[in-house]
Amino acid sequence: MSVNIAVNSKRPVNLDLRTIKLPVTAYTSIVHRISGVILFIAIAGLLWMLSTSLSSESGFEQVKACLQNPFAKLVLWGVLSALLYHLVAGIRHLVMDAGIGESLEGGRLGSKLVIVIAVVLIVLLGVWIW
Amino acid sequence: MVTNVTNLSRSGLYDWMAQRVSAVLLAAYTLFLLGFLLLNPGLTYAEWQGLFSNNAMRIFSLLTLVALSVHSWVGMWTISTDYLTPMAFGKAATVLRFLFQAICGLAMFVLFVWGVQILWGFN
Repeated sequence: MSVNIAVNSKRPVNLDLRTIKLPVTAYTSIVHRISGVILFIAIAGLLWMLSTSLSSESGFEQVKACLQNPFAKLVLWGVLSALLYHLVAGIRHLVMDAGIGESLEGGRLGSKLVIVIAVVLIVLLGVWIW
Repeated sequence: MVTNVTNLSRSGLYDWMAQRVSAVLLAAYTLFLLGFLLLNPGLTYAEWQGLFSNNAMRIFSLLTLVALSVHSWVGMWTISTDYLTPMAFGKAATVLRFLFQAICGLAMFVLFVWGVQILWGFN
């Protein structure tokens, strides 16, 4: 009876994410989501690049010239970084779907691996772009 | 009881599967295109145009466009149902969520049609 009262009573509940100390797995998860939203927004820009670059020789040169702009390079780096992070974190999901790294420790290790691999790839991407 | 009519297949299990199958296709296309760009540093218009005028590449691209539509719907739907909730937005949540999903769905449809036009619209 006392247990029921405890469950039904209005105990304070804190679901305010800003005040909760998040574990590393939560950070990789939310960044996966944020990168997904960034990519959704970026589709239009990427399609514009594809459309213009395929339209004609001059369109192709136009996209090339556009990508020489430092600001354009920064935006492209940002979008492709989101893509690489989303890809690496997504592969981790598939690995976990296969039953690998599902334990608490495995989850933490997987998250750390995602961060390390993604950072390395994003740095290499930056080297490639500049 | 959870009742939901806005998810892709009206089944969480199918949505889960659709998200993964589309993810594998998107990953394959991403790696292929990045690999192509990495292996062709001084890419010319003729090479680029040649790649996309290949029918196999058009089929691969169209498949990726379908996968992208499915994947982005499941993803944006998940985000909308997680954050645009009555807990955060009260009674307006349902209308807000519906509008958000409608905009995402319409945007993705327009992008899909545009993508088809790009793939078959040049030369």
